[in-house]
Amino acid sequence: MSNMAETINSDSSEELDTWISQYCSMFGRDWFVEVDPEFIEDDFNLTGLNSSVPFFREALDTILDLEPETPIRQQNLPLVEHAAELLYGLIHARYILTKQGLQAMAEKYEQKQFGVCSRFYCEGMHLIPVGRYDQAGIETVRLYCPRCCDIYVPTSSRYLNIDGAFFGTSFAGVFVKMYPEIEEQCQQSRNRVYELKLYGFKISPLAPSGPRMAWLRSTPQTVEEIAEYDACEFELPHDEEVDVEIYDDDDDDDEEDEVQVSRAIKVTPKPESKRADDASDSMKSIVKE
Amino acid sequence: MEDEAQATFSSGSGSEFTEYWIDWFLGVRGNEYFCDIDIEYVKDRFNLTGLNQHVDRLSYLIDVITDAHSIDESQPEAVKLRIEENAKYLYSLIHARYILTPRGLVKMSEKFKSGDFGYCQRQYCKLQALLPVGISDVPKVYPVKLYCPSCQDLYNPKSSRHHSIDGAFFGTSFPAMFLQAYPELVPTHSTQIYIPKVFGFQLHEHAKLTRWRVHQRDKYVKNLLENNVNLSGPGGYVEDTDEKPTGKR
Repeated sequence: MSNMAETINSDSSEELDTWISQYCSMFGRDWFVEVDPEFIEDDFNLTGLNSSVPFFREALDTILDLEPETPIRQQNLPLVEHAAELLYGLIHARYILTKQGLQAMAEKYEQKQFGVCSRFYCEGMHLIPVGRYDQAGIETVRLYCPRCCDIYVPTSSRYLNIDGAFFGTSFAGVFVKMYPEIEEQCQQSRNRVYELKLYGFKISPLAPSGPRMAWLRSTPQTVEEIAEYDACEFELPHDEEVDVEIYDDDDDDDEEDEVQVSRAIKVTPKPESKRADDASDSMKSIVKE
Repeated sequence: MEDEAQATFSSGSGSEFTEYWIDWFLGVRGNEYFCDIDIEYVKDRFNLTGLNQHVDRLSYLIDVITDAHSIDESQPEAVKLRIEENAKYLYSLIHARYILTPRGLVKMSEKFKSGDFGYCQRQYCKLQALLPVGISDVPKVYPVKLYCPSCQDLYNPKSSRHHSIDGAFFGTSFPAMFLQAYPELVPTHSTQIYIPKVFGFQLHEHAKLTRWRVHQRDKYVKNLLENNVNLSGPGGYVEDTDEKPTGKR
């Protein structure tokens, strides 16, 4: 990590230590990549940021190491510095979706800079930073594991003050799509689910400590399950009357209402032949694997 | 009698002052997951059935653990070290059995409540306290893992000093027994699932898999409701409102 910072520093000439490289080499900032100044200089890339960052002009000048046109007042300096960090984070979220940004992040990913998944069956899968919100100041950064498709809180507290918006909601999705080998690697090993046992006996599904979350990690295995999985292509299957209210509170939110409406309206099951085709298709894909 | 033992026991830990062997063992860095075993339990040979195949000189080691005998200081360093290692090993093996007894469960529940085993890092588990578990009951196969009662999954310990603890020192049955004994400690399960998005749009295959999983849950819950299982208490599901927390960072 510190090595990384050193190499960054030595890359850019030593007497000219830019604000960006300085910021990225600070303690706990090693997840950030250095944004290309050309990217920042292009106004198109900053569209809309001037409304969400105070002291926008001054902050931008700070990041680019430019002399401000009008000198910043002494009492505003900390505010401008803070705004610069905010602005840099928001630009960073946009930059890492570009080709150069993705490459820089891929290097960090390869080197396990974002840590590994602590889930046992993920076998030390490398993590990808992601935010849950694109607006700054809502939640800190989270880590996405491509193998269990779940998000985790960073284990080290030094990353708990990084805003999730500085990585953005789209990054993990774009990243796994840009590097499809990650998903391919994960797909082969997603079928392992832990089951709690007492002296070798399974716990009853009806018991409070029964396998209530088995669905969370399960993947379709049998032919029937794969047919069912294909039926989930665009909506929840509705051939069975699975119409359950699992929450004890009565106020349904809108989303759930919609789902139930869709289940009630569309009761046209697919033709049998179509379904058989689907099943055989997915069988083929399994054979390929 | 124990006081006497304490007085004569000049510890194998190398510390200056006298200390109970068990207290010393529990204080060692990395042994935070262990609870203290009642001396009576260790002394009852019935509880140690079959452990003599794992360690030599069983009765001598029991004496060391219970402070009835101190390790003879006149022995070479290597021998003393071996005795100490064996005593730790025996204690740990007894530990796996003890934590399944009612008294052991009480002690482990205290540790569980105070979060001695760490917390689940998964976003939707909301820092649920974890339980230690082994993957094999045979020693020296797998290190200890942590079971999250909320997402019902298995995690590696966060700290590397716990990576070298043997899973057989806790056993494969402990979390199941614990949650059977304390059904009120079974947490509710969050139904929230993360789906990766690109510019607000969910990735299709992830959304599809999630739909299938939700379908599996619906079927499971239907089965539970048919059997009149109460889902409002422990072990039920909670829907997290994914509203943006205001001002929380």
